[in-house]
Formats: sequence, C-alpha cells, structure tokens
Amino acid sequence: MTAALALLLLVAGWEALVRLGGVDPLILPAPTQVLEALWEDRSLLAPDLWTTTYEVLLGLAAAVAAGVALAVAMHLSTPLRRALRPLVIGSQAVPVPVIAPLVILVLGFGLAPKVLLVALVCFFPIAINLYDGLRAADPDARRLLRSLQASRWQALRLVEAPAALPAAFTGLKVAAAVAVIGAVFAEWAGAESGLGHALLTANGQLETARAFAATLLLFLLAIALYGACALLERRVVDWTPRSGPGGT
Amino acid sequence: MQSEAEAPIAGPRETEAAGVEVIDAEVSYGAVRALAGVTLRAAPGEIVAVAGPSGCGKSTLLELVCGLVEPDAGRVRAGAAALMPQRDALLPWLSALDNAGLALRVAGFSRAAARAAAHEHFAAFGLEGFERARPAALSGGMRQRVAFLRTLLAGRPVLCLDEPFGALDALTRLQMQRWLERALAREPRTVLLVTHDVEEAVLLADRVVLLSPRPGRVVETLEVALARPRARDDQAVVELRERALEVLGAP
Repeated sequence: MTAALALLLLVAGWEALVRLGGVDPLILPAPTQVLEALWEDRSLLAPDLWTTTYEVLLGLAAAVAAGVALAVAMHLSTPLRRALRPLVIGSQAVPVPVIAPLVILVLGFGLAPKVLLVALVCFFPIAINLYDGLRAADPDARRLLRSLQASRWQALRLVEAPAALPAAFTGLKVAAAVAVIGAVFAEWAGAESGLGHALLTANGQLETARAFAATLLLFLLAIALYGACALLERRVVDWTPRSGPGGT
Repeated sequence: MQSEAEAPIAGPRETEAAGVEVIDAEVSYGAVRALAGVTLRAAPGEIVAVAGPSGCGKSTLLELVCGLVEPDAGRVRAGAAALMPQRDALLPWLSALDNAGLALRVAGFSRAAARAAAHEHFAAFGLEGFERARPAALSGGMRQRVAFLRTLLAGRPVLCLDEPFGALDALTRLQMQRWLERALAREPRTVLLVTHDVEEAVLLADRVVLLSPRPGRVVETLEVALARPRARDDQAVVELRERALEVLGAP
C-alpha cells in the first residue's frame, strides 16, 4: 500500500517535471510517453523481454548450482575453504563490463556468454549466504548428532542444510534482484536481441522513450524474479515465525 | 587408580555394559580447566544427579560420558550414552514426531519406520494429537517430553540429561519432575542428571554428587536412600536439600 503510494508520487512528480518544466523528451520522456512507447513497440520489445528472461533464468540456475556446490565444498573441507575463498570474493571485483567483451570473444554471440555472465554476478550472494547459513546451525543440535554417531553426511542433511535454508534464500533473492545487470552487460557486449540490446539500439536511434520502456521491463523483470523467489521461500521455509500479517 | 605416567594424553574410553564410571577425570579447554579430577560412579539402573554452581563443568562431565570429549587425564568407562542437551535442541523444521524419531533416522531407519516407532510412545508421553506440530507450537513442558522421548529412542542404556527442566516455569518443572520419575520407573535406565537445582536432585536421584565451582571437583556425595515418590516437604528431603546447599556454600 505504502509502496504503491510512493511509486505513484514519484511517477506523478516525474510527469509534472517533464510536462511543466519543459524538459526535452529526448533527454527525459514523461512516464506517459514511456508507456506509450511500451505499447507501440510491444511487438519489438516482447521478443527482447523473452530473450533476457530466458538468459536470466538459465544464468540463475547455473549460479544456484555453482553457488551450492562451492558453499558445501567450502563448508566440508578446510583446504578447499582456504583455496577457494579468495577466488570467490575476488570474482566480485571483476568488472563485468570489462570482461563481457572477452567472454563474447571466446564464447561467441550465442546464449552461453550471457548465461555465464549472469551466473558470475549471481553465484556470490548465493554461495556466501549458504556458506554462512551452514555454519550457523545450532551447536546443541550438532552435539546431539555427534552423540548419536551421525556421519558427516547425516549431519549435513539432517541439521546443517535445513538450518541454512533461510540464509540461502536471502542469497537467492539478492541474486534474483541483480541478475538482470549481468544479462544487460552481456548483451551490450554483443547480442542480436534482448532488453540490453534493445536499450543500445534505442539509444542509438535517439528513441529515448523506447529505451525507458526497455528499462521499465528490466525493472519489472527483477521485481518478478525477486517475488518468485520470495514466494518459493514461503513455501519451503515454513517453520520460521513471521512478524505480523502483511508488510508487502 | 592410574599414575600420571601411565595415563595417556587422551584417556581410553572403555565400554561398560550399562553403568558409568568416571575416575579422576580432568578436562581442560585451552587454559581453562573445566574438570579437575572428578570421580563418579553409577551402577546400571541408578539415577545419579550432579549438582553445582554455574560453570562448574557439569555439562563437560556429560560430554565426557557421551564420548564427545576425551579426558586429559583419568579414565571414563561408560555404556553407550544418549545425550539430552541443555536447551532441548529440537529441530524447528521437523514435526514433534520426526524430532522424537531423529535418533532412529540417524541409526538408518526409514522416515516411516522412525515415525511409527516414535508414535507408539506419544500417548504415554502426553503428546497425542501433537504429532505434526512443530516445536514452536509446543509448550515448554511438551518440548522437553519430545526431547526426552528422542533421547529414550536412541536405545542406549545410559541417559545424560543436561538441565532437562532448567528453562521451565516452577509449576511445569514440578510436574515434569513427577513425570520423569514415572517415565523412568516404566523404562529403567542408568541416568546422569545434571541440574543446578539441589531439590530436583534430591527428589529424583539415588545419589547426589556435588561439584565445586570451576575447575569442578567433587566436594561431597550424598546418598538418597528414600522411597519414591518423594515429597518436597518430607523431612528427610528437606534435610538433604539443606545439607547440599550448605556444602555448596549457600549462606
């Protein structure tokens, strides 16, 4: 409710600024002009939205696979933890716009470089949150399992993994929110379709309203992905008490 | 008794059918000495309470008996022991039934078999109707009963109970003491009961071992040769309780 109100105020202020302030729509189009472009160019933008969504979903899936594997490996093995941690952290210092052209050069213009770059952006929050979550399991529960002579695998499966789920979902939600950034940079470096590609061509043709329309779709895509992850979390992590009704 | 020279750094853990024998056990965590030569015996079927001030190494003593820590010196001989940790350590994502059957799952039972075995006891434990409830939906007393059932179902002859009623309100605590007494009459086990409540120790145990502040050592062992059930206001109980408090240094 408050979120809708805040958005409405922002959009109304924006509209008023452009209409009354005499801003050149080539620089900043009014929200109504963006919506108009979205509607008029829908047959142009729909395939782009589909392409980017596909890239992001595949990239997220790859990030989940890599993030879970890394987190579990680092959790179970001290030598692996020591070896991998600097690399995992360092991977986040890699500037995606700089390496994106290199990745395209090696992997071509197809789907693979996009998926790789989305995964590169996304695996870190998943791996780090899951890793912390695995370590945060109740020490008493661990002691209990040890007193029962549980195997390392049983301790992981029965106690540590379920205990880490809330943290893992936090990582997944962060990843879902930033995933589109990876896709856009990858498309900028070389693509034939996708919202990032649409942004680039619209800018080149001075179609500012269409560029904003593509940005709006990226915005909605990120929110939808986040929402889907939050929904999944509610279904899976159904034992933590939630504070009060509503909130969203 | 072993001499210092004969005792290996990590003392051997020998198994004893159902009893517990801790002889001159010392345990240190780095520079902190938790136990400084504790000797304690529990014959099969006996209930031995260990009471003492906070931080006197009571929990360490249980970890020693459960084989979770090795003594730096001294010897531990104990039958296979099941631990009930201080806070119930129920897993919040499992139902009461699955929590109670956890030890069976670890022992390799299928989920269905573990549930069936746990469910047989639910009525006797006053948990009927709460099979599918998560721990967060259970009262403190019920949580302790689920945790105790989980401990029993581990199928070990020795039970190590660490402050089982420490987190309960006074009234629930009294009810649970009565309940534990009956449960152990039904399912006799060798029990080490760690508590800071000397009255609880005198009400439930055959023998009460009183520990000093850290590093823990035995200051006195009281025999409680009284018939059960014992009443809190029974003259003999009151005398033993006062004696224990006096030994522990209560004003």
